[in-house]
Amino acid sequence: MTLPSATLLAQSALSGLFIGALYGLLGLGLGLSWGLLHLINLAHFAFAFLAAYVCYQLATVGGVDPFLTLAIIVPSFFALGVVVQWLLARFEVSPLNSLLATFGLTAIVEATIQHFWTADFRKLDSAYAQMKFRVGELFVPVPELLTFLLAVGLSLAIWAVMRYTDTGRALRAAAEDGPIAEAFGVNRRAHSLLLAGVCAALAGVAGVCLALSFTLTPAQIYGWVGVVFAAVMLGGLGSALGPLAAGIIIGVSEALAMAVASPSWAPIVSFTLLIAILLLRPGKP
Amino acid sequence: MAGATLALLPLAGLPAFYESFLYLVFHWVVLATSWNILSGYSGYFSFGHGAFFGAGVYTTATLAGRFDVPFLWTLPAAAAIPALLGVAIGAIVFRVRRVRGELFALLTLAVTFVLATIVLNTRIDGGPGVYLSAVPVPTLAPSPSGTFYVMALALATLTVAIAYRVRKARLGTGLFAIHDDEDAAEVVGVPTYRYKLAALGLSCALAGTAGGVHALFVSYVTAPSTFNITVPLTVVLMSVLGGTRHWAGPALGALVITVLLYAFTAADQAVAGKAFVGAVLVAAVLFMPEGILRRAALRADRASAVAAPAEEPPAAGAPLARKGGAEPLLVLRGVRKSFRGVRALDGVDLEVREGEILGMLGPNGSGKSTLINVVSGHYEADDGSLRFAGSELRGLPAHRIARGGVARTYQIPRPFAHLTVLDNVALAAMFGGARLDRRAARAQAQRWLEFAGLGERAHVHPGELNLHQTKFLELARALASRPRLLLLDEVLSGLTPGEIDEAVALIRRIRDRDTTIVLVEHVMRVVTELSDRVVVLDQGRVLAVGAAAEVMRRREVINAYLGSPRA
Repeated sequence: MTLPSATLLAQSALSGLFIGALYGLLGLGLGLSWGLLHLINLAHFAFAFLAAYVCYQLATVGGVDPFLTLAIIVPSFFALGVVVQWLLARFEVSPLNSLLATFGLTAIVEATIQHFWTADFRKLDSAYAQMKFRVGELFVPVPELLTFLLAVGLSLAIWAVMRYTDTGRALRAAAEDGPIAEAFGVNRRAHSLLLAGVCAALAGVAGVCLALSFTLTPAQIYGWVGVVFAAVMLGGLGSALGPLAAGIIIGVSEALAMAVASPSWAPIVSFTLLIAILLLRPGKP
Repeated sequence: MAGATLALLPLAGLPAFYESFLYLVFHWVVLATSWNILSGYSGYFSFGHGAFFGAGVYTTATLAGRFDVPFLWTLPAAAAIPALLGVAIGAIVFRVRRVRGELFALLTLAVTFVLATIVLNTRIDGGPGVYLSAVPVPTLAPSPSGTFYVMALALATLTVAIAYRVRKARLGTGLFAIHDDEDAAEVVGVPTYRYKLAALGLSCALAGTAGGVHALFVSYVTAPSTFNITVPLTVVLMSVLGGTRHWAGPALGALVITVLLYAFTAADQAVAGKAFVGAVLVAAVLFMPEGILRRAALRADRASAVAAPAEEPPAAGAPLARKGGAEPLLVLRGVRKSFRGVRALDGVDLEVREGEILGMLGPNGSGKSTLINVVSGHYEADDGSLRFAGSELRGLPAHRIARGGVARTYQIPRPFAHLTVLDNVALAAMFGGARLDRRAARAQAQRWLEFAGLGERAHVHPGELNLHQTKFLELARALASRPRLLLLDEVLSGLTPGEIDEAVALIRRIRDRDTTIVLVEHVMRVVTELSDRVVVLDQGRVLAVGAAAEVMRRREVINAYLGSPRA
């Protein structure tokens, strides 16, 4: 095995950084709802893909700028998240059962996508798709760079809200011990609905990023599940910055593994990392 | 009768299509039922069933496709290799106490992807897939489709029979206890680690065999179509729909879902079918989270719980050769236990004499509960020795300590929520020091319940008891394992004065059956009234030992409770 050139390695690391940011963006909403709502929302991925297809539709057929579609996608997905959370809270679904129920929801969304857009590949052709610029020897594609900036910006914003605002403190308190937080005047129901809405809106944003850089097909919903879960587990449940950092670590190590060995070995990197972390991480006995 | 009819079906000359459809039904019955043996019974939801199924697929594909091993001979290997793989993974994963629930589910999911990557990148597959079209199909029926039907029927019958046997056996009882409260199960004597491994091995072997048959059925196997998320999610769906607490639940779920999916495919509505199955899953989780057979499972619990009548008063504990004899029952020397630098026990030396009631006092955080947790094996001591009846306890798993004759209660009661009150107690009689079989254990349990004044409540679930009754249930459960040493962790807290008097009388009666008792308690009146001696702990050390009235007058004891006058 010959080691690839330094430029190639650097270019790989850069693309790993970008895809890692997308892992982080997808993991942000997933981890918040898992850690703070105790809801393992498998449908998060389906929502992201639904948003990606909506963005594709508006941009391709309606000729709307992909970033302007966020004005429709963010509020409508916020509403979708609120409705789902209301249902799950109404029936007091346990974390494990939430995984099952949202898997069912995933199947419904997948079938819906397949119904409207078929199982064929779809690629958004936007003005951004071909944009890239050169930094030294490296190419920087614009859609990926924008994804990266969005992921970093949103993660920091959520982190600040969780840390410095009363809403953030109330959410963390309710996650720690719901009844006690309620006794101290936290409106747990309203906060859960708000957070679930935000998580779904984040899935919507991630979906627009997906549409910008990737070819879409309904079956790919499942392709992201494993690696994003790995990022969330690595980064810590309910953490705002953790999934981004972990996503980037996974993305870069995958990209380097692809450059050094073969692309087909890439999945083993994230999952071996996940298994190792789950088993070795010090924690409560 | 019905079985014989099913077995003879291939001779009826049905179109191959029906046999293939029934093959698929039985195929999913095997996968769902085998998943349920570990995941449904013990509550460890595995999302890695696809990995073990896939290991079976590729075992047969490799042996029959590459090395020309006759197909039927590959099946034992298709069972053995996934079972070994499962046991190896379990041996690592189950050692980490933290890995429960969702963590276990994700970990097993990750295993699926790792295995897929390995298969895809090595000579096992290498990418293009493996063809089995040249492998001769054995002749077990007039047609190949009939042969597959017969094989799947046989395997499904075997799997359901195993699931039934396990449910009725000691293993199943133990797995159900693990489902409700793994720590409490270990403390009443269930060898949790070994039971989980056994269930996982069994589950993997059956899934692997189904994989082996399926490899030949599809005759062309690829990694993406084998190791995907469909298999684990479908089996979870089937089992949850049918009911995971009933041995037949997953089989029923498999039948329903396969028929539904087929109906949609046949009507050329595969996409609508997918949405419909999704909607069924959502509805099932929301409206009947315990499955179609929930009522049947409950009824089975109660029916079998109508146990033998109580003919004789409960037998005494193990007869003691030397009452109040020379050698103490339990001797602690220099026992230490720290949690991340906090020294909960800082060199405890203590003797518990045979037949006594030793009251244990101390301010909050003085190490009383930690001491009980260390003696019962929930935590392992960092240092020191714990000799019980002449043998060392340190390093033994909790279930071995329980069998050796140590029982405990929890400060906050931890009954097994899904077992009846009677079965809660019977479990301790089955797995504790007494080691009775199920029937004898139930009969014993009934007597212990009457002893504790709960005879009338034997057939309800613990959730229906009030606090006072739940505490007495804990006591009955501890007693049913026939302990020589009983550790009572604040059994009286939260009880009314009247209930306390009742409990004191009960504890007296327990001691009169020659059981040695360590009593952790805050109610001072009770401690002085009941205890032969008291020991006072403070900051993880023994501050004083002796007769109650004398110890409570000592200056250092008063200081520990009320603060020193200088402070």
